[in-house]
Amino acid sequence: MVELYWLQGAVPETAAPTAEMPPWGETKVVGTRQPRVDAYERVSGSAVYPRDFTLPDMLHAALLLCPHPHARVKAIDTSAAEKMPGVRAVLTGRSPGADVPWYGRGDKAASRLFDDHLRHEGDEVAAVAAETPDQAFDALRAIRVTYEELPFVLTPEAALAKGAPSLHAWGNRYGEPSVYERGDLAAGFAAADAVVEGTYSTACELHAPMEVHGSVAKWDGSRLTVWDTTQGVFAVQQAVAEALKLPLAHVRVIGPYMGGGFGSKLEGGKYTVMAALLARATARPVKLFLTREQEFLVTGNRPANTMKVRVGAKKDGTLTAIDYHSMGSGGAYPSGAGTAFLATDLYTCPNVRAVDENVAINAGRARPMRAPGFPQGAWALEQALDELAGKLGLDPVALRLKNVPTVSQRRGNQPYTSTGLAECLRQGAKAFGWDEARARAKGTGPVRKGVGMAAALWGYGGGPPSTAIVKLFTDGSVNLNMGAADIGTGTKTVMAMVVAEELAVPLDRIQIEHADTGTTEYASPSGGSKTVPSDSPAVRAAAVEVRSKLLALAAEEMKVPVADLALDGGSVVSRKDPAKKLAVTAVPGLQRQQVLVGVGTRGPNAEGKVVSEFAAHFAEVEVNERTGEVTVTRLVAAQESGRVMNRLTFENQVRGGLVMGLGLGRTEERVLDRQTGKMVNANWHDYKIPTALDVPAAQEVLSVDPKDTLCNTTGAKGVGEPATIPTAAAIANAVANAVGVRVKDSPITPPRLCALLHARGKVG
Amino acid sequence: MRIVLTVNGAVREVDVAPVARLLDVIRETLGLTGTKEGCGEGECGACTVLLDGTPVNSCLVAAAQCAGRSVVTVEGLGSAERLSALQEELVSHGGAQCGICTPGVLVSAAALLSRGGVPTDAEVREALAGNICRCTGYQKIVDGVRAAAVRNAAAARGAS
Repeated sequence: MVELYWLQGAVPETAAPTAEMPPWGETKVVGTRQPRVDAYERVSGSAVYPRDFTLPDMLHAALLLCPHPHARVKAIDTSAAEKMPGVRAVLTGRSPGADVPWYGRGDKAASRLFDDHLRHEGDEVAAVAAETPDQAFDALRAIRVTYEELPFVLTPEAALAKGAPSLHAWGNRYGEPSVYERGDLAAGFAAADAVVEGTYSTACELHAPMEVHGSVAKWDGSRLTVWDTTQGVFAVQQAVAEALKLPLAHVRVIGPYMGGGFGSKLEGGKYTVMAALLARATARPVKLFLTREQEFLVTGNRPANTMKVRVGAKKDGTLTAIDYHSMGSGGAYPSGAGTAFLATDLYTCPNVRAVDENVAINAGRARPMRAPGFPQGAWALEQALDELAGKLGLDPVALRLKNVPTVSQRRGNQPYTSTGLAECLRQGAKAFGWDEARARAKGTGPVRKGVGMAAALWGYGGGPPSTAIVKLFTDGSVNLNMGAADIGTGTKTVMAMVVAEELAVPLDRIQIEHADTGTTEYASPSGGSKTVPSDSPAVRAAAVEVRSKLLALAAEEMKVPVADLALDGGSVVSRKDPAKKLAVTAVPGLQRQQVLVGVGTRGPNAEGKVVSEFAAHFAEVEVNERTGEVTVTRLVAAQESGRVMNRLTFENQVRGGLVMGLGLGRTEERVLDRQTGKMVNANWHDYKIPTALDVPAAQEVLSVDPKDTLCNTTGAKGVGEPATIPTAAAIANAVANAVGVRVKDSPITPPRLCALLHARGKVG
Repeated sequence: MRIVLTVNGAVREVDVAPVARLLDVIRETLGLTGTKEGCGEGECGACTVLLDGTPVNSCLVAAAQCAGRSVVTVEGLGSAERLSALQEELVSHGGAQCGICTPGVLVSAAALLSRGGVPTDAEVREALAGNICRCTGYQKIVDGVRAAAVRNAAAARGAS
């Protein structure tokens, strides 16, 4: 069982739909290029996001965070703050209802909503609600906190050193190292004609969505409504209900629009519970949003990882052994930091050992970030393979093609429902002009050209639970009701296209209710590139049920067997005699009932099969050997994600993934000061995410569609995450190709590259 | 203090604190929440508005400085009846995803397009260099802006 990081507890399940849903053949709507159904709202400024809400009599709240990397609260004096103008409530761990377990459940919780033991810069200390935001922030400064500063550790090595300060009662390890093994590693290396070995590292990255995290909370008696910036309203509902000991039915969480999360908004946030507690204490609605600086400190990250890789192969490129070790840190509280998946499953290799270690440090807790663990793993494995290809005198693409698996070795050697890895490699190389580019001269001046590539798979292909409801109204217009959040990826649009495909209704006649625990159906958080493969089958099933009901009613009226009927435009038509036709709006049964309702569910994935997505990325760079500057001049992405549901949103996801990968490879890095333990670049000036000037115009996005009919009833897999996994590694390989120096630590900054070039005598 | 300014073509009189940010007056006082706050530090460009035709980060502008001046926000780019060519092209190219950077991107691009002509790819990138986007990877924004410039240029030729 692969760990499903967005779910806890029992294996998820919804009933398999009873209706037959054969794979789509020719589609009319699905697969086309459709602009977003809510694009007008997003470009006109009329979309109302949670932060845009203003409720009558609403208060504004602000958070006080710990300024130290490791400290203990000795005393908090809020008396002066409480007397400040406009202040209506001050919340600390001593406040009624605020002693709530956090980061884990009950006795197993690693911390509290407000913990006296503060384990990183940014741990929450207090919150204030006041009439205006300025009054709330002013009051924070009047709270007197006496801290006992504690020694801190910023790296796993320091955390494991003898005499290191302990973050938790159990020490500094999050579990024992996880060890995966197959075959005989020693025999594998003994059989190898060539072996490469290296230590790679990736810097800690921040999600940095454009919208900061926050909530608006309002009580109606004992019932709470929250407008939340979230990828999953049901996850927030569960977290809040548990924290406040409320029935789930009394917590309504609404996510109307949301401004990006990349994994940082999958779980319920402390800020939501704090807003609810402040709202209860004041009997007024409360708005609580983080500042950008706070966002950088407390809303998660892609942890830094150090990866030791040793790979062996025969002369012909057949892999014989992979030895992989990854050390990472979930941060100050338990969270995943594993990176070994790719090393165990991307290529056929009989002898593998992969170890993941996860250690606590005094820095912000990690959260899943767009393909958690995978870009790090690709950075190490795909650079090692590049080096191996060089050592064997093989083309890097040919080396990979030699080792393409048909089964998932990590998951019991079960076959994939489809695997497009080889086609991604071939078609990507062709589109890129790989052979020609490799043969091209690198230049003689200070600016050298190079090309590189890397491949990837993504480990998750969606699944239950998911339920959706489709309603057909008397005028032929349709309502789609689903719980999934549209986090900017175009979920609403894709789901509307599924309804349009089955009911032959124009997209602009479909209204969507979504992401509301009070009025929509359960969906797991939108993350893991699983929203389309998880929820589109449920939507299809709901639409198919409505169609069945409609056709049955029409058959009664038309005196035609239901099996002969189909929907075409706004009419029910006989397949045998197209002259026999009845407008949907003229079906008497529909008019009598006023609405036809279909409930669709997501059945289980195929038994004995594994669903994965595949990708190969190609990069061209120019490296200035004098300055160490790297310019990415061209990118090609070949993606196998099953059926492309909407060409436009598919390409959006891939281009966005490429650029996030470019950020990992080139610029993004959390910098912690060794002396103070504080993050010194908690802002967008110093934490560099790519801008329009850093992105090449020359990009190509290819989709490889193997017509996967086994993965689910829409044939679609995920794309957002596989699209970012191999980019940084491809860029690093291109740099190595250009200047003969391999940058093993991300990001590839000019100082880092210059030092390596200098060591090789290539500068000056 | 009371100031009078023009917002999206309408004269507005507002009571502002001397230190109030233009961003807050737009969002809170006037209720024009299309303009977003990404950082509050002038780094991301999400809050970009036109001040007398020049794009500015409204989080860094004191509202008191805007007396007698003209402000255009994302809500002022199109008309009540229809979106501007720029907004339409961003939609059809897929240049808007989560939508938080979008208002600022549109305003910066509108300033570029107001100069007339069809900017090069590099000119669009330069004009948008102060607008961070975490979703799109920028290229579809750049393509959309250039497509709008082509449409505007054609419309201008038709009108003359």
